[in-house]
Amino acid sequence: MDETVAGDRSSRKVGRAVFLGTVLGGVSALFWGKSAWDGVSSALSPVESHIPLVPSGGWRIYTVSGSMPRFDPKTWRLEVGGMVDRKTSLTYEELRSLPKVEQVSTFHCVTGWTVKNVGWGGVRLNEVLKVASPRPEAHALQFVSAEIPYVDSLTLQQAGLHDVMLAYEMDGKPLPREHGAPLRLVIPEMYGYKNVKWLAGINLVGRAEDGYWEQLGYDRDAWVGHSNGYGT
Amino acid sequence: MKRYKKRFSRTERTLHWANAIFFLALLATGLMLYLPSLEIAVGRRPLIQSVHFWSGIAWVSVLVAIVVLGDRRGIMRTARELDRFDRDDLRWLAGRKPAPQGRFNAGQKINTALTAAFTILFLVTGLLLWFGERDTSLRFASTVVVHDGLMYISLLLLLGHLYLAVIHPATRHALRGITVGTVSEEWAAQHHPKWTE
Repeated sequence: MDETVAGDRSSRKVGRAVFLGTVLGGVSALFWGKSAWDGVSSALSPVESHIPLVPSGGWRIYTVSGSMPRFDPKTWRLEVGGMVDRKTSLTYEELRSLPKVEQVSTFHCVTGWTVKNVGWGGVRLNEVLKVASPRPEAHALQFVSAEIPYVDSLTLQQAGLHDVMLAYEMDGKPLPREHGAPLRLVIPEMYGYKNVKWLAGINLVGRAEDGYWEQLGYDRDAWVGHSNGYGT
Repeated sequence: MKRYKKRFSRTERTLHWANAIFFLALLATGLMLYLPSLEIAVGRRPLIQSVHFWSGIAWVSVLVAIVVLGDRRGIMRTARELDRFDRDDLRWLAGRKPAPQGRFNAGQKINTALTAAFTILFLVTGLLLWFGERDTSLRFASTVVVHDGLMYISLLLLLGHLYLAVIHPATRHALRGITVGTVSEEWAAQHHPKWTE
């Protein structure tokens, strides 16, 4: 009692230490935050399926226009055109009658978040292209989203990677609206912005052109870990 | 008759409430960008993004303006008060008693230091997110994780703060201090004896 009431006047500058320490810790986390978080989330992955650590399994929904396109199965069509012999317009039913494939792959967003083990169901691109029969001068594909003005392209070579697909199912259910219902492109080797949502059309073109984000400075070849300033 | 004692100056109270209002506005718009369910309900992402970004700029600018235009010397004095921890503050943090406290208790001092640091970190990571979308050299894989983590931690701090300020019987009288500026002398003598002595 005496000791404290006597009021020792010695004091330490703890406030600024907490302030500066937190600022420095936070800034340094720009260099280790993601790996630390990945470590925590894989350590907790057994519980994560029961108690989600982050909302919606870590997905974030990015859109570039004011509203998300709405899917109406009666009017929806996938238009395949450009350098093809048969311009094709597939209904949702026709698309689903093509040979179905399923795969589990990881989705990487260029802004730094990742969702592991996403189950996709849909069709391989070549099943759709076969119907339209591309002409030999076509070397790339332009993917047109119903979310105007979102477009992006892949070379035919990139589009031919073994796990590229047009997905109409996600984790066993019809693709939800926020993930691009009814159809999105999936190319796990590239960042999310190449995985065009709300797919409405595919045009066969002579060469790959810059898509929506590429016109704003993103890399056209969006290889995960080797583009957009990463891994270089 | 109850006697009252001035605890917070007008500048201090303005600073507090401006910070509170901007924080809530940023939290609301931030959640609209972060939670898929809200994003679907609200839509208009580009608009919300701009509102969120410019609210963040306004947040920091308004805080700076209040200090510059208000009682600057008073704020500097308060900052020194918040910086200094005497032996009783350390005892208070360790949960030992008695540990008589001044105008701010040690928990409030730490909360202020964290809140100030988080403001800087929110600003830095927010600017990196905004400009990183336009220039890849400003892009770090962890920016989004850090910005979100700050949100989660601040939300916890805010909930604790609200509990102590509004619900907890022993401390909720402090709400009067930050709204009208004064607290009862009796309460002050009990909770902040070194300040009233």
